[in-house]
Amino acid sequence: MSLDTVDARRLREVALVPDEYRVIVEKLRRPPNAVELGMLGVLWSEHCSYKTSKALLRRLPSSGEAVLQGPGENAGAVEIGHGWAAVFKIESHNHPSAIEPYQGAATGVGGIIRDVIAMGARPIALLDSLRFGPLPASRRHFDGVVAGIGGYGNCIGIPTVGGEVYFDECYEQNPIVNAMCVGLVRVDRLMRARAEGTGNSLMLVGADTGKDGIHGASFASVELDESSSERRPAVQVGNPFLEKCLLEACMDLGHTDAVVAVQDLGAAGLTSSVAECAGRVPGAGARIDVSLVPRREKGMTPYDVMLSESQERMLVVVQRGREAEVERIFQTWDLTSAVIGDVTDDGQLTVFDGDEVVARLPIDLLTDGAPLRRLAGISPEPPPALHLDSLPPLVDGGQTLLRLLASPNLCSRRPIFRRYDHMVGDSTVVPPGGDAALLRIKGTRLGLAMTTDCNARYCHLDPNLGAQHAVAEAARNIVATGARPLAVTDCLNLANPDRPEVYWELEETIAGLAAACRALEVPIVSGNVSLYNDSEGRSPIHPTPVVGMIGVIEDYGHRLEAGLQHEGDFVLLVGSSHNDLGGSEYLKVEHGTVAGRPPGLDLAREGAVNRLILAAAKSGLLRSAHDCAEGGMLVALAECCMLGGLGVRCPAMRPEAPLRLDAAFFGETPGRFIVSAPSRAMPDLQNLARRHHVEISLLGMAGGEILEFEGQFRLSLTEMRQAWEGGLLQ
Amino acid sequence: MKFGVVVFPGTWSDRDCGWVVDQVVGAQLQYLWHKDADLKGCDCVILPGGFAYGDYLRTGAIARFAPVMESIGEFADRGGLVWGICNGFQILCEAGLLPGALIRNSSLEFRCEWTHLMVERKDLPFTSACSEREVIRMPISHGEGSYFAEPAVLSRLEQNGQVVFRYCDPGGRVLPSANPNGSLHNIAGIINKRGNVLGMMPHPERCSEPELGGADGVKLFRSVAGNAMKVLVS
Repeated sequence: MSLDTVDARRLREVALVPDEYRVIVEKLRRPPNAVELGMLGVLWSEHCSYKTSKALLRRLPSSGEAVLQGPGENAGAVEIGHGWAAVFKIESHNHPSAIEPYQGAATGVGGIIRDVIAMGARPIALLDSLRFGPLPASRRHFDGVVAGIGGYGNCIGIPTVGGEVYFDECYEQNPIVNAMCVGLVRVDRLMRARAEGTGNSLMLVGADTGKDGIHGASFASVELDESSSERRPAVQVGNPFLEKCLLEACMDLGHTDAVVAVQDLGAAGLTSSVAECAGRVPGAGARIDVSLVPRREKGMTPYDVMLSESQERMLVVVQRGREAEVERIFQTWDLTSAVIGDVTDDGQLTVFDGDEVVARLPIDLLTDGAPLRRLAGISPEPPPALHLDSLPPLVDGGQTLLRLLASPNLCSRRPIFRRYDHMVGDSTVVPPGGDAALLRIKGTRLGLAMTTDCNARYCHLDPNLGAQHAVAEAARNIVATGARPLAVTDCLNLANPDRPEVYWELEETIAGLAAACRALEVPIVSGNVSLYNDSEGRSPIHPTPVVGMIGVIEDYGHRLEAGLQHEGDFVLLVGSSHNDLGGSEYLKVEHGTVAGRPPGLDLAREGAVNRLILAAAKSGLLRSAHDCAEGGMLVALAECCMLGGLGVRCPAMRPEAPLRLDAAFFGETPGRFIVSAPSRAMPDLQNLARRHHVEISLLGMAGGEILEFEGQFRLSLTEMRQAWEGGLLQ
Repeated sequence: MKFGVVVFPGTWSDRDCGWVVDQVVGAQLQYLWHKDADLKGCDCVILPGGFAYGDYLRTGAIARFAPVMESIGEFADRGGLVWGICNGFQILCEAGLLPGALIRNSSLEFRCEWTHLMVERKDLPFTSACSEREVIRMPISHGEGSYFAEPAVLSRLEQNGQVVFRYCDPGGRVLPSANPNGSLHNIAGIINKRGNVLGMMPHPERCSEPELGGADGVKLFRSVAGNAMKVLVS
């Protein structure tokens, strides 16, 4: 069969290339019909098939003692103690959010929640990693996305406890919206979405199926262009109330053993959920009849039904003969459910419309048949070098600090997180605004810390090192609460990998993630890749590998927060500082340039510093801890002051050569924390630091309402807050 | 003492209220399903926070028609304790059990943050564990929590002393700057004339243990529990 029978336009519509079409015809020994072509198109899209990144992703470490479920399921799962498993995953919703910010972000949240529900877990927290172009030009994206996240999360009653926001020109056309959900389930109730048992029924539950979101997955796998706003029908509309009912009903399913598996309907709708569910069981197949699918509108073809991405739907595999039991549970929540087919053992996905077969495709062709793309990467021109000698010396550290505190990338995130319900669930013991959030596990003393991190400017300057920094930074944020880093979910956001420089970035990013996760012993148990964040090749985004990390503290009574706690406490810098101004926020804000290499990163040293902080926290030596990140030591210190409502008096900062004053204040050397401790703890703390081979130096003493470096600058808490709290309100 | 916690589809503070009643206060807990008119012998019925039925039309507008609401109306008429928190307050206003309405926050944004409240009545079953004109700290979490009533209704509320909680600063001064949502007269919570139906926007169930950032909320739960004890003893 030649290509002549299918015109190029049809292939473009389903985002397949002629070579892929040839493979399909070869494997099927016949040309696919229109429905089959559409089904293959969505499942072979980059978004669903990972055809460009799959080979590289295998390099990521995904095993570890605590891992109960690695990549390949709806979400990853790790054991956290007392019989509990934490289930978590992060996912992108970049393309829809670019076109329709509110619904794009809202349905991103809804989708990731369903992934966690499918594992049998109750979702307990949400986090969001966001990137926009600079304000005020990108207000529409920013306001819409923030409102959409709040609109969905607040209504469904899951607290939004963390995340991050950065602004850079490269995200003007392509904002980044990554949503992470964390859930809890008893280890022995953890579910897998496997279509086991020939003859078992497939039930579709939740919203009726409409024409919304058709080709959403394909749309997410191409660059945005001028016609992208015409794709608005490919963006789905969310109904958080319906999902709340779906969530509670699925929790009630846990009380019956009639349910074999639960699978979310996300990208590529019914097609992917049925194929994936069957694909996880060797030899399994499925028969479904589209005429049995409850519909929202008239005139839907089998093609529409199979490809619809209507939200708030789940596929439930039910033991044959026990469908009524399950239907009753859904009826309690006023949800429609319908048996639409059953599990077979023929390895085929057969789609009926009544008596007529409208599609019949091998499951493995759908889920695993897309030819992997091996592209060649070429490293681009190195970024401009940074010549420290040409940087003018720091004039007024205090004024520079105020400008940095007011920078949109560093200022207070309160204007955002106060729009999110971050308290529902009665578990949030460390709220947003500090390092990681910490939630208690009711009925135990366990605390679960969570964060998302990525400095994409570093990744732009050096994707490999930048990705390592993202992992190290996330680990420090977890450690700053007193929790031990446990596992990672990642969302790799990049531009168009068909361009050799971008493919190189992808390779380097994955290499960096793998190295850092191995060194810090945090396996990656779930994740997502979002490519083609690039508008017609004109504005590729920086590589943005967002790292979502969770960690555990055995007794949340030992938790730490960033803010200074007591008048008279010693304020200390843990770790040593170097002339790390490359890629820094200081360089961008004060000198208007992005140059140099990101700070060097010694992963063994990161581990040592983290272990010291955890040991000190466990022994009760510390009163607060905050990691030094963008903006360096001085921005971190100012945050400790503002969050705790206390000033710090320090002697003049006179760094020893070759360390420069600007680098001592604003350099971004990793592996550093600002901690505070009562004077009586000092001998033990110093001994502990010596044993861990970590440098620890006294900065000053907490008290009053002034941050002062004697003879260098004095700033009141009020002045600093004015700068810090107003940064997003422009 | 038996607390009933009503569950509508879309309610989410039910589990938090249940947690405080059961685990923190140690009182008896009974969840009440919206379709079920039986109040199961509860002494105090809590209408918790959430988005009942999605609140797509208007907050509380659909929930007032639930079968459980008719029983709650009769229960209130008999002098039973009814306590609406956040969405529960909105529902009580829609159902006519309390006067006025909750409208969109003046910021036009959802707000989740800590507020300070002046407790203006301590002679109620809900506040008897508070001290005279005590300032308590409690979080809010709502998009439509701005209390509104006609001038005549408002002055009647004030004359009768029906305002129970008012947003204030940490020092107890009732200032516009301490008002998080534009509520008239900084009103955060009101009681009916008889003194048995309380509606409030802030969330006492979110601040009943110190590890959650504050424990002032538990005073309200203990007030109710303690009063019921007294009733039983007398």
